[in-house]
Amino acid sequence: MNILVCITHVPDTTSRIAFTENNTKFDKNGVQFIIGPYDDYALARAVELKEANGGKVTVLNVGEAETEPTLRKALAIGADEAIRVNAFPSDSYFVAKQIADVAKQGEYDLILMGRESIDFNGGMVHGMVGEMLGLPSFSPVMVLEVEGNTAKITREIEGGKEKLEVNLPFVAGCQEPIAEWKIPNMRGIMSARTKPLNVVEPTDNTKLTEIAQYELPAPKGAVKMIDADNVEELVNLLKNEAKVI
Amino acid sequence: MSVLVFIETEDGKIKKSSREAISYGAAIGEVTAIALGSVSNEELASAGVNGATKVLHAADEKLNAGLIQPYTEVIAKAFESTGAEVLVTAKSSLADAVVGRVSVKLGAALASNVSELPKTDSGFVVKQSIYTGKAFVNTTLTTDKKILAIKKNAIELKTDGAAASVEAFDVALDDALFGAKITSSEKAEGDVLLPEADIVVSGGRGLKGPENWGIIEDLAKTLGAATGCSKPVSDMDWRPHHEHVGQTGVKVSPSLYIAVGISGAIQHLAGVNSSKYIVVINKDEEAPFFKAADYGIVGDAFEVLPKLNEALKKALA
Repeated sequence: MNILVCITHVPDTTSRIAFTENNTKFDKNGVQFIIGPYDDYALARAVELKEANGGKVTVLNVGEAETEPTLRKALAIGADEAIRVNAFPSDSYFVAKQIADVAKQGEYDLILMGRESIDFNGGMVHGMVGEMLGLPSFSPVMVLEVEGNTAKITREIEGGKEKLEVNLPFVAGCQEPIAEWKIPNMRGIMSARTKPLNVVEPTDNTKLTEIAQYELPAPKGAVKMIDADNVEELVNLLKNEAKVI
Repeated sequence: MSVLVFIETEDGKIKKSSREAISYGAAIGEVTAIALGSVSNEELASAGVNGATKVLHAADEKLNAGLIQPYTEVIAKAFESTGAEVLVTAKSSLADAVVGRVSVKLGAALASNVSELPKTDSGFVVKQSIYTGKAFVNTTLTTDKKILAIKKNAIELKTDGAAASVEAFDVALDDALFGAKITSSEKAEGDVLLPEADIVVSGGRGLKGPENWGIIEDLAKTLGAATGCSKPVSDMDWRPHHEHVGQTGVKVSPSLYIAVGISGAIQHLAGVNSSKYIVVINKDEEAPFFKAADYGIVGDAFEVLPKLNEALKKALA
């Protein structure tokens, strides 16, 4: 089984978000970058499927040189080789095109990624890649079982879930509880250093959007504390001040 | 400007978030909507209230389930046949899965999590919520065809329109598009859908066990609210995953979010920071959630909630 896992390189979920250069660039100062949490689930499931069925896991990131430690971490978790498309991922169509072009170079049974990145939260790349490759795409996928040439998947829908059966290959945007996150062990970390990490240049520079400027939300006012014996006061505030009930 | 809006339905009713998408479309142009699967004509005509002039209906029963590839095909065809310039949809689990495909099919730029009307004085610029609600980006869409997925509860509903006309829209669908077979589907019955809800009541580990969820449900019932939970609660299977609110769960943006017995880990806050008002009830006065709240009560949930429920019932009677 040959699996391509696409990962994002994103600020840790606890990061303070700030911008520089007149709000046109993300401020990386003091920010720790991680594998996108949803992508991390996809990677963990890919490694489990490889361990159960044999095969190979290739991990892919569209990003500049600074994302290589994140790719090395994915190798330490259990991917066999890594590919970095050397470009800043500023537009979802552009990123999807790079992924689709890499996917065309290999015979992948599955193309997995997170349901969305946690920086832009678009959640659109899996569908774009599916359409570009003429393959089915599913998201958000919370269970993925493979037997021979078919897969049983469970997709979350609003207020519930649905189970589907589909033939390989396909594209899936993953989320919990598809697998438990894997923490790299020492052996994994050591072996990751010598696994191949290939850098390729973008195949196509078409972009459909341009970032004009970032903004931060208005700061929140101070909390009003209400005595636990005076819940009527809370009801009054919700009704007459917030006007939400 | 000619706008196509993709309408999603739930139990035969147009979703509130789709009505918001129609209102958004009506604010920027003339709206034709597209609905798929079995829905009554009367319900579809009511899209006019929110600003649709016409509703196209692809009534094929095979489209009753939200199948990603057939939906892509129908929506793209509707876009082309109406000569639309902009496709507007609510951001949802289904729309996310579909509109990326539609954008490739049409060569249309796509912006997700759009939280305001576009600015068109120099190019076509939309404001998108990013970093899980911690920031916004203003993005220019550079193609002639455009797709906007609108953040829920961000757009005021238009409610003064006249009934829309409804027309059948038949698309020949290749069997190859139905390669994925749905074998079963489960849905919570009769509940308010969490991502759509105007008020959400959420419980955390402070509730001590799933058997104590009655006080959350009672309060939700009084308020017509949806129920949610924190990640540990869903991880321990006290509540189903589709109720998990947070960074890796559902992101909500209700008018009012009431958090009970949730400490307020930053990953939980990421799922609720677009709420207009937040109430936190926690017995630990040091709980970090209070810093993100508008109103707070330090107290035992098992004492405060029944009293609050009674007071609300009286106020809403």
